[in-house]
Amino acid sequence: MVLNCKDVRREISNYIDDDITPEMRAALEAHLGQCRHCSAILDGTHNVIVLIADDRVFPLPVGFSSRLHDRLQQELESV
Amino acid sequence: MTPEQTVELQNASPDGSVESAMIVRILAGENELYHDLIRPHERSVYLTAFSVLQNTADAEEVAQESILKGFRHLCQYRAESRFSTWLLKITLNEARMRLRKQHRELWESIDAQTDEEQSEYVPHEFGDWREIPSEALERKEVRKVLSAAVAALPEIYREVILLRDVRQFSVAETAEVLGVSAGVVKTRLVRARLQLRDLVAPMTTSRGLFSRNPFLKRKKPWS
Repeated sequence: MVLNCKDVRREISNYIDDDITPEMRAALEAHLGQCRHCSAILDGTHNVIVLIADDRVFPLPVGFSSRLHDRLQQELESV
Repeated sequence: MTPEQTVELQNASPDGSVESAMIVRILAGENELYHDLIRPHERSVYLTAFSVLQNTADAEEVAQESILKGFRHLCQYRAESRFSTWLLKITLNEARMRLRKQHRELWESIDAQTDEEQSEYVPHEFGDWREIPSEALERKEVRKVLSAAVAALPEIYREVILLRDVRQFSVAETAEVLGVSAGVVKTRLVRARLQLRDLVAPMTTSRGLFSRNPFLKRKKPWS
């Protein structure tokens, strides 16, 4: 199986998720090994995914949990 | 029970049997246990609301209302889906209703966005950006660049990114929360991730936020 850049872009997300067949992985890696552009896209995309998974990027508002449980307690007591 | 103990118990029970047992007890009258039931899901509920509303105050209010609604309707929960999935579906629905109510004229048509999904997304050309500088996240500016990039995505891509990549739900769970097929999740995910990379990469290189030393040896992306 020989892939072009368009094929690689379509599969890049499944590749990051390890959700592809061994044949597709081999074909992707063969392309990535010789295509600097696709290789840069893969690395950049993977970096962004790693970074946004960090809890510090989307923090909960300060005091969120205590306000939530205070309101919940009021609801539970009113039942 | 402390939040850590709750999480630990649930982690020890991948099939959610501990959660199911808690739900049975709550429905039998031990209402206070609902605090412990929802603690591991607070962050996901808030971020799901935020993915739609893009406003911290509105997202907090919808998160609270969704969790209260979850309590009031707990008797309708059916164990065929995870409790978290059920709660996030309530949250997504509440957030979308709030958005429609507030900004009816600005509501982005799902149909219009579906049309956009048909065309192929072509990533932009940038220089290499291969280093993962996790220490860069110590800097507020870097965190702001990342959250602004997610905010700039169309709503359907923001939702899928926040569920799948920020909260790390599986493709199947993400599909169930969003009410779409796994195939649609994967299609949205590839476009969302490539767009996100396109939004972040120029900011990182032009502002010099991250260094650009390439890896000497390729690593598997999931390792």
